[in-house]
Amino acid sequence: MTDKTNFNGKLKRSFTFNRGQLCIPYAVFLLLFVIFPLLVIVYYAFTSKSGSFGFDNFVWFFTDETNFAIILRSILIGLVSTVGCLFIGYPVAYVLSRIKSHRRTILLLLFVAPMVINFVLRAMAMKELLSFFGLLGRRHFLNTVIGMVYDYLPFMILPLYSVLIKTDKSLEEAAFDLGAGSVKVFTRITLPLSIPGIISGITMVFLPSMTSYVISDTYTAKNITIIGSRIDDLFGQNDFNSASVIALVLLLIMFVTTAVTGGFSKDENARGVEL
Amino acid sequence: MHKTTENIIELTGVTRIFEDGVAAVDNLNLCVKKGEFVTFLGPSGCGKTTTLRMIAGFDKPTEGTILLNGEDITKLPPNKRPINTVFQRYALFPHLNVYENIAFGLKLRKDPVETSGKDGKTVVKNKRLKKADIKAKVEKVLKMVDLEGFEKRSVSTLSGGQQQRVAIARAIVNEPEILLLDEPLGALDLKMRKDMQLELKEMHRKLGITFIYVTHDQEEALTMSDTIVVMKDGVIQQMGTPTDIYNEPKNAFVADFIGESNIFSGTYLGNKKVRFINRNFDCLDEFEKNEKVDVVVRPEDVTLVDKGEGQVGGKVISSIFKGVHYEMIVLIGKTEIVAQDTKERKVGEFVDVKLEPDDIHIMAKEFSSNKYEGYITKKNTVCFGDGEFDCDVTQLYEGSILDEDGYLITKDGERIDLTDVDVNVEVGLKDISISDDQDAGGAIGNIVSIIYKGDHYQLIVRTDENEEDFVFDTEDTYNENDRVSVIIPKDKIKLSLKAEIKR
Repeated sequence: MTDKTNFNGKLKRSFTFNRGQLCIPYAVFLLLFVIFPLLVIVYYAFTSKSGSFGFDNFVWFFTDETNFAIILRSILIGLVSTVGCLFIGYPVAYVLSRIKSHRRTILLLLFVAPMVINFVLRAMAMKELLSFFGLLGRRHFLNTVIGMVYDYLPFMILPLYSVLIKTDKSLEEAAFDLGAGSVKVFTRITLPLSIPGIISGITMVFLPSMTSYVISDTYTAKNITIIGSRIDDLFGQNDFNSASVIALVLLLIMFVTTAVTGGFSKDENARGVEL
Repeated sequence: MHKTTENIIELTGVTRIFEDGVAAVDNLNLCVKKGEFVTFLGPSGCGKTTTLRMIAGFDKPTEGTILLNGEDITKLPPNKRPINTVFQRYALFPHLNVYENIAFGLKLRKDPVETSGKDGKTVVKNKRLKKADIKAKVEKVLKMVDLEGFEKRSVSTLSGGQQQRVAIARAIVNEPEILLLDEPLGALDLKMRKDMQLELKEMHRKLGITFIYVTHDQEEALTMSDTIVVMKDGVIQQMGTPTDIYNEPKNAFVADFIGESNIFSGTYLGNKKVRFINRNFDCLDEFEKNEKVDVVVRPEDVTLVDKGEGQVGGKVISSIFKGVHYEMIVLIGKTEIVAQDTKERKVGEFVDVKLEPDDIHIMAKEFSSNKYEGYITKKNTVCFGDGEFDCDVTQLYEGSILDEDGYLITKDGERIDLTDVDVNVEVGLKDISISDDQDAGGAIGNIVSIIYKGDHYQLIVRTDENEEDFVFDTEDTYNENDRVSVIIPKDKIKLSLKAEIKR
């Protein structure tokens, strides 16, 4: 008996893993590639080119008209792309969630297939299409939005689909039973219950489509500058300080957006969406 | 406008076949009287919920018509029917509070209101309910379900019983002509269920509207209903008052499903005498002389008396205290009979069983033999019931023999090729056995029904392809849904020609 307990005790000591330690790899990653760069950005943002601390860069950012225009344009592109994704994605997700057979999985895969196709390939194909329709080189704003919608549509469809598929169909039947026509069933039941999906879809699309300058650069031959390309340009000119300020402001915008949408979805939970 | 008719709902020849070809409801004919409390009772998959969904309008019949107050509503969508449903898992709207849930239907309602127009003519306008009216109605119904003051509560904070009450309130606030309830008490615990049963019955009395209730719980059905509709495989087995269904079950299935019962195979001897468990008993029913019958005796009707005072003796092999009574099993020969009595008999005691004529209920036996249509193959086997069996084809022609080439030689010397000849096949209930070895028999199927008949079980094995049934008696125990092969000895397959063979 004693031998056994000793053995067990030894075994236990040699495996002193706890759950917290499983986080170590990620913590190291986080430290090296997120926290440290972030600190560098903060450092650069608060130092001028000559190396003195101060708010010079912020003053520059908020007084420079080009910056302001670029931020505004980025937000506008993000908004239009998000609305575009929502209007295309919602009906798709809705229809997919209503298909009864096994075909549903295949169709869903088809709709999210762009996600797994190489980006360069997709971009080239879309460019060809745009030039075929005579848009390339002319409608820069439209091209950017089309590119963003094309690229981020799956990120809108997936969260919407997963919420819609989970909604209890008997809720819709109950509304139907209580006298609601199909439009009322949708506006009173299906739509409000899918709000968590809409919110996470918007978060997934709005922020990236505001900043992913590779798309705007590719489809407009750098004729449209969004916030991402501005940062890239400044880094290219070795103006680390200005670039860092913009990056920091962008980060703030992201925090605010997430806080607003996140807070909203929390409120939804409080009303019992998880039922 | 309404035609005066006593029946609020009439289902005529209603059939619902699902996409996979399964008939969930098969040629159902049913009338429900105004103000009745009707219960559809049956095991899962018997078609009771599908029937309810067709009355609600969620499902459309493949064939047949549904009349409401004499008017055809078969194709009317649910939102146009004066019928409301209480769903199995309540289906309360999680994003709305209690008040908003209950007011949901009222807010959508448009009532025709007569107003006098400018030229003095009366104009009928559809008007929505006023907010104050909605509020009054919701408050009234909340009071009825004992949930006053719960208006602002989120439905997710309610207990199961409270959610149940909100679901009922949400349906009855619309003052429907019929209230449909789809196993509404299934999720509640026993005590709560019993209370709700009585409350629902009281509510039915107060509201005076028609209730159509679906359940698989026979006790629930007996407690609440005016009429019970017992269903199996999409077909009504019996319809009647709880007393009728309990005391006069039409077949072994109903007897087995409603309450506990002893079911025996017996023979009607004529002259109001029936023979089962190797004794003759007096009875009240009348059947054809020597007809095979099923005999049902309810456990509470079995009286155990001292040795020598009853009709048949046996030994008590089990005795369990059930609160109000003792449930005892008496072994008579090879047959077990379950008895319920307030007086305990000890295990091992020898007692007599006494059955009065009105304790014995006799039903026509469902199966006396299996009948199929089949055909003879090249190998002189017979195909029927989704399987192929060895058989003796010479029985088709008296005095015939088979020659070396497989041709049948009649006694007149005629040579007949039997390939693809259509035949009628008959197999007795005692002539079928089954095996777990799927290659052992001629057909393969699942055990779909096991009914205990005192000293043996009556099993039904159903094949997959054409749902052919093999009904047979066995003393061995099997499990429902077991996959087995069906074995029939060569000499037990009775064949007859469907038509004279053209020569």
